[in-house]
Amino acid sequence: MEKLGKQTIKFNTPPTILECSSIVGPKEGQGPLSKYFDQCLTDEFWGEKTWEKAESKIIKETINLAINKSGIATTNIDYCFAGDLLNQCISSSFGIRDLSIPFFGVFGACSTFVEGMSLAAICTEAVASNVLCATSSHFCSAEKQFRFPLELGNQRPPSAQWTVTGSGAAIISKEGTGPYITNITTGKIVDMGISDANNMGAAMAPAFVDTLVTHFLDTGRNPSYYDLILSGDLGYVGKDIAIDIAKNQGYNIKSNYNDCGVLIFDKNAQDTHSGGSGCACCASVFSGYIFKQLQSKKIKKVLLIATGALMNSMSVQQGETIPGIAHAISIEL
Amino acid sequence: MNINWANVFDVMSLVKCFVVGGIICIIGQILIDKTKLTPARILVLFVTLGAVLGGLGIYKYLVDFAGCGATVPLTGFGYNLAKGAIEGVQEMGLLGAFTGGVKASAGGIASAVLFGYFASLISKPKMKKQ
Amino acid sequence: MNPIESQETYKQYVDKKSPNSPILKNCFNAFWVGGLICTIGQIIFNICQERQIDETSCGTIVSIILIGISAFLTGLNIFNKIGKFAGAGSLIPITGFANSIVSPAMEYKSEGYVMGVGGKMFTVAGPVLVFGISASIIVGLIYIIFNTQSITLV
Repeated sequence: MEKLGKQTIKFNTPPTILECSSIVGPKEGQGPLSKYFDQCLTDEFWGEKTWEKAESKIIKETINLAINKSGIATTNIDYCFAGDLLNQCISSSFGIRDLSIPFFGVFGACSTFVEGMSLAAICTEAVASNVLCATSSHFCSAEKQFRFPLELGNQRPPSAQWTVTGSGAAIISKEGTGPYITNITTGKIVDMGISDANNMGAAMAPAFVDTLVTHFLDTGRNPSYYDLILSGDLGYVGKDIAIDIAKNQGYNIKSNYNDCGVLIFDKNAQDTHSGGSGCACCASVFSGYIFKQLQSKKIKKVLLIATGALMNSMSVQQGETIPGIAHAISIEL
Repeated sequence: MNINWANVFDVMSLVKCFVVGGIICIIGQILIDKTKLTPARILVLFVTLGAVLGGLGIYKYLVDFAGCGATVPLTGFGYNLAKGAIEGVQEMGLLGAFTGGVKASAGGIASAVLFGYFASLISKPKMKKQ
Repeated sequence: MNPIESQETYKQYVDKKSPNSPILKNCFNAFWVGGLICTIGQIIFNICQERQIDETSCGTIVSIILIGISAFLTGLNIFNKIGKFAGAGSLIPITGFANSIVSPAMEYKSEGYVMGVGGKMFTVAGPVLVFGISASIIVGLIYIIFNTQSITLV
């Protein structure tokens, strides 16, 4: 493990992403990526009484699935890094309270998944042999906490994004044959003064580009090094802005760049406006779609940059602007 | 009791009502799309505006012209509150300023509370399909 | 121009980049749905008048019936679809007020019937009552002070 430049860590014995699992809600199950997810629910309650309970169940079952698929005994998992969007991260802590794995709760809003994987990679390099990372989000519980009651007859502006219902989990191991986490670039908070909570893509895009450019400067790589550069949940609006600003900084990413929020829904058929968002957006698209592409060697080098908006409903009401953050990991075969 | 259906479906009054009610809603829609006001703020704006225009006696002309086209939108709710307060003052002085408004709109508020509670008893929210 | 040069330039750039609402379509839908709701109210009002009910009571009956319909449709999970289609057309009439009371009541049912339903019922509609009632009292007080039809013509 050595530090490159200001914000990047390079791993000398890169940890392997051993196994991934993903469970998503009904709407995601009707989207273009449905066949890649391990399980698509038909009911957003999943037999539970409240959405919060449903979200806990989703993350719990996703973790169980990842553990089962990997064949590693629960007792051999050294640490778990998990987080979500609900106040004080209740869905992840409630979801894994029965698992008795040493637990670090992490919060990076929608960037939590990559933040967790970064910490897990450092952890495996240092002491651990197997580390679990997971995140979840749920459309209904997020609407309830951040926006309006579901039954309120309001209109969503075209720049608004749709919180993904679902969860993704990954097991990072010291030993393995790849895909490897070779570098991590930890982002810094970038706030460009956007205060519109219905335009998160625009609020987070500058943070994405900041981390992207820093990653290239620290590692000496350029955009064409990667088969795919993937942002977490910038959506259509944010993706457009990100391409623009990156170009302005001298990096043309148009040809190999995409966004999980753009990939997960069919914009026209599913009426999701600017695309998906939420912790589970990046987590489920990576665990479901991208990981399988890596396993089948269709793509070999991925730069995954999860973006997060570090705000809550109170800060928006108080007129605060929205600070954005983005964390990058490069995953290579 | 015999109802004269020709009076009920008096075309002229219904058309006036439709057009005025529709135009008030268009004003609200422009506010939603052009400003970043949340629904709650727009409702507050309309109810306050209705109360002020009602107090100034201007809104009455719109009500006379359009009937429910002016009273059903929330500006009409504000107008009703203001009208009630003024009538209260006329009847019982200072005390009426406090009781008149709520008294005039008590039916609406009370029914919304009761129906809201009932709805929560028998129904639970569902995910929007779109 | 470099969009992220300063917060100001970025805001302008984002405003230009963000898609606009389809305002013409929205206004058209708001117009006819809002007009229709008012017309239904007018028909109920006319029926009441034909039954020799006094005008104030007619108005109250219209409000209660429209609120009842709106609460019923909210309970059937239909009102949010109408609201998505019509926007202000269903928000601005009294139906929107009813929806903004019923929807949080349903939403917070999971937190119990006292602090959930009872406590959160007015999270959206509360400000409407606060500002509406306060404005009406102020109107009444001003009427007492000036006590003249020239300022308050009602």
